[in-house]
This record gives sequence, structure tokens and C-alpha cells, in this order.
Amino acid sequence: MSMTTSPAPPTGGHDLKGVDDLALAERLAEVEAPPIPKSQRRLGRLASSLGWAFVGLAVFVAIWALGANHVKNLPSPGATFSALRTLLADAFHDGGPNDKGIGLLLQASLTRVFKGFAIAALVGIPIGLLMGSSARAWKAMNPLAQFLRPVSPLAWYPILLIIFLDADKASVWVICLTSLWPIVLNTAAGAASVPRDQHNVAKVFHLKRTAYIRHVLIPHTIGSTITGLRLSMGVAWMVIVAVEMMSGKTGIGNFVWNEYNGGNYDKLTASIIVIGATGLVLDFIFLRLSKAVRTQEAHS
Amino acid sequence: MSLEIRDVWKSFPHKGETQQVLRGISLTVERGEFVSLIGHSGCGKSTLLSVAGGLISADSGTVSLDGDVVTGAGPDRAMVFQNYSLLPRLSLEKNVDVAVASARPEHSRAERAELVQRYLTAVGLWEHRAKRPHQVSGGMQQRCAVARAFAVEPRVLLLDEPFGALDALTRARLQGQLIELWQNESETEIVLMVTHGIDEAILLSDRIVVMSNPPQPSIVDVIEVGIPRPRDRVSVLDSPQFRAVQERLMRVLTINGEKAA
Repeated sequence: MSMTTSPAPPTGGHDLKGVDDLALAERLAEVEAPPIPKSQRRLGRLASSLGWAFVGLAVFVAIWALGANHVKNLPSPGATFSALRTLLADAFHDGGPNDKGIGLLLQASLTRVFKGFAIAALVGIPIGLLMGSSARAWKAMNPLAQFLRPVSPLAWYPILLIIFLDADKASVWVICLTSLWPIVLNTAAGAASVPRDQHNVAKVFHLKRTAYIRHVLIPHTIGSTITGLRLSMGVAWMVIVAVEMMSGKTGIGNFVWNEYNGGNYDKLTASIIVIGATGLVLDFIFLRLSKAVRTQEAHS
Repeated sequence: MSLEIRDVWKSFPHKGETQQVLRGISLTVERGEFVSLIGHSGCGKSTLLSVAGGLISADSGTVSLDGDVVTGAGPDRAMVFQNYSLLPRLSLEKNVDVAVASARPEHSRAERAELVQRYLTAVGLWEHRAKRPHQVSGGMQQRCAVARAFAVEPRVLLLDEPFGALDALTRARLQGQLIELWQNESETEIVLMVTHGIDEAILLSDRIVVMSNPPQPSIVDVIEVGIPRPRDRVSVLDSPQFRAVQERLMRVLTINGEKAA
């Protein structure tokens, strides 16, 4: 048990008295030694990251090349890259519904993803806020969410076809259902983590509901909501490829399937690279967004 | 004016058992009085403060202000919390302003602005009013929280270990500002403070309520401090009254600490 409240007498500090000349000189020498500039250290870190990334990539390409030598129809890295060059050279070629450049295919797929994603965000964020701030809403919706979440989004596709009678609309809604759960559950977790003292401040000062949402709920939730959005976008981009294989509508997933059926295996592997790169860019955008928000909302 | 706590009981479930945290507490704080609640952790002092603030409802018993029973939280019993609890997105000025606007909707914009300026100035934060909580030190955040509490013109000020997270120098300065605001700058007459600090309790309070864990009763001692105000924080340490209260507090807390352990 601690009984004293008076502060301890000051000890230590930068008292140089009694230090002999040699020690003093050593200290001064320490001070004089210039630290490595920040920019140089950052450059070093970047070089190290890039270097090791290159090592990982090289190992992967080597295994791939080895595999391509042994598997009859598997395109080699070289063949894939020349196919990629051909695809990118005429990315916005438009020769009718079954003959579009890779850029237009990406655009079609991304449009579906963004539509479904936007609906999921508009619906999911309010639901998540409600679930996280009301124990009753949580109890009412959490079991349902946990039950529906593990259902493969593709299983919804036929049901959505029955409802919308249109492959394109059904695809958008599959993406919406895919994106919904990470957004809802992350937002709910964020809203549930509002510190109790902040609740109490709202009660003591009689904050109105709108003020509470603006000044307490949203600032404490937005970080996890953006994490949810980022996860959703990642899954949505994976799922759209599968959905388009089923729907047969113009898009990158459909392209993958068509090139397989047409025996253009080098274009098949090239399109995987395009899909991966697009996913990487999407993730990077959300990562930056979440960093920006964290800086802006920095809590005490 | 008085704050009257009458026969308050409160229990919490703890490891499958019911723990009687507040055991029939009665306490009246008179107008113009500064009362501290002190005791070992788990003695229920913060719970009692939350009951007085209406943030926790008691199992039985009442809290009344001037004879009127109060239920629920409200700005007539403004609170300062240990970890500042400013709204993160708002500047210091807006933090006080939003509180006043919500708690005292009857005030005009001009009256509100006057209150905000008066109390932020009193705690020495007027030049820093445009900064957000994360841009200033913990001490400045707590000063803003104190300004916010006074700015809603409460009848009672409830302080939950307000200086606990601050360093000694910052704590001393804020203690001074608090007393100054309470005595001279505001209409607020009653202060009820939870604290761990023996010296702090003696320096600031008129009465100190010592609380204890079961099996002792909730309130084991009530000590009148009786040192005249204004108190000088340096010379007061040598006054015989200070020594006497300090000794009595030490004794009560040590005996109860040993029994509880």
C-alpha cells in the first residue's frame, strides 16, 4: 500500500560536477557524433524491403518455371509475360461483347464490385453502429449475422437470380452480401468499444443523440469501419471472379474462364497477374485511407 | 443547499458471489463544503460518486439535492473523470461549448460564448482553445475537463480522482485552480471528490470521509479538517492541524488495510 503523496526528491539529472575531464570529453564526443540522417535510414529500409521482395519473387518464378517444364500445358513465366504485354498493348480494344480489351473487362468487373460494395457500406455501417451501441440490437442481429456469414456468397447467386431475373443485378447483389458482414461486424466492434467514460460524459452533459453520434460514436468507430471496408473490398474482389465465371457476363472472371475453354493458357496466367495487381492497388488505397483517418482522428 | 445521500445500498456480482459494495451509506454535504472520499481500492468510493452522479442506480436508498430526489445523470451534478474524457474530434473550445449548449440549451449563443471564455481563461487555456485534445498534455486536457464541468454551472461538482494521472507539479497547479474556481469564480457550492492522496484530501477538503471494504462498515470515519482557508500549500504542511488529520487518516487507513489484507 502506498501512503506517501509527496514527490520524491530529485535525483540524477544532467549534473556534470565531479565528472573527470576524460569522462566529460567522452560525453562530448558522444554528442558530437552525427546521427544518421532520417532520409538515409528510410532509404536503407526501402532498399532492404525491395531487395527481399525481389528474392521472394525470384524463388516463386523459379518454382513456376520448373513446374512449367514438367506440366504439359502450364505456360512458362516467359510465355505469360509476353501474353501480358499483348493484353496490355490493346487494353481498351472493343470488338463487341465477346472481344474486349483487358482494361474494359477490368472496368466492367470493378463497376460491379463498387456498386455492390457501396450498397453494403450504406446498409452495413448504420446496422453495425446500431448493433454496437445497443445491447438489444446486438442480441437480435448477432446470431443471424454469425449464421449467414459463413455461407459462401456464391450460394446466394441462384436465389438472387430468382429475385432479380438478371445476371448482372444478381452479381452486384452477391458482392453486396459478400461485403456486408465484414463491414457490419467491424463497425459493431468499433461502436461497442466506445470508452465508458465517453458514454458518461454524454449522459452528464445531456448530449443530444446527434451530438453523441457525431462527437463520440463516429470518432471511436471510424477506424474499425475502415478496416471492415478494406476486408470487404478484398473479399469482394476475390468473389467477383467466381461470380462472373458463373454469370457469363463480360468481366475479368468471365475472361479467365473463356481463355481456359479456348485453350489460351498463356492469357489465363497473364490475367491472374492482372487480377492480383488490381487487388493490390485496391488494398493499397484502403490502407492509405485508414492511415489518413487514424492521423485525423488521433485519440488522446 | 445540500446534497443528501440517504441509506444507499449497492451490490455487484463478483466471481459468482454478490459483493455488497455500498452498505447503507448516508452522507450529507452542506452548501459551501468540499468533501473527499478516500479509501483502499474496492471500498466503493468511485461507485458512491457514480451513484451521486446518477450514472449508476443504487439498489436502494436515495440521492437528493435540496430535498428533491434526483435520478439519472445531469449537468446539475457535473463530473470530472480520471482520464479526462474530452471529445476527441473537437477543439478545447468546442468541447466546452458543446457541453454548455447541450446542458444549458436556455443560454443564448452570446451567453454561451461568455461562459466558455470565462472558464477556459480561468484554467489558463484560452490561448490554446483551438487545439484538439490529442495535441495538448494530459494536464491541459484535465484543465479543460474542469473548465467544462464548471461552465455548465452545476450545483454540485463530482470529481473522480481528477489528479490521479497527472505529475506532481501539474497536479499542484490544477488543485490551486480548482479551489479558486470553486470559491471565487463560480456559483458551484458543493464539491465531492474521490481521491487516493492523503495530503491532497487534507489540503483541499473541509471533511474527509474514510471508506472501507467488507467486513467493515462502508464509512469508517469522518474527519473534519478545520484548517482555515485560504490554505497555503507549502506552510499548511507544518500546521499542527494538518499533522493531526494526517496521523488520524494514516491510522484509520492502515488498520483497515491490515484487516482487509
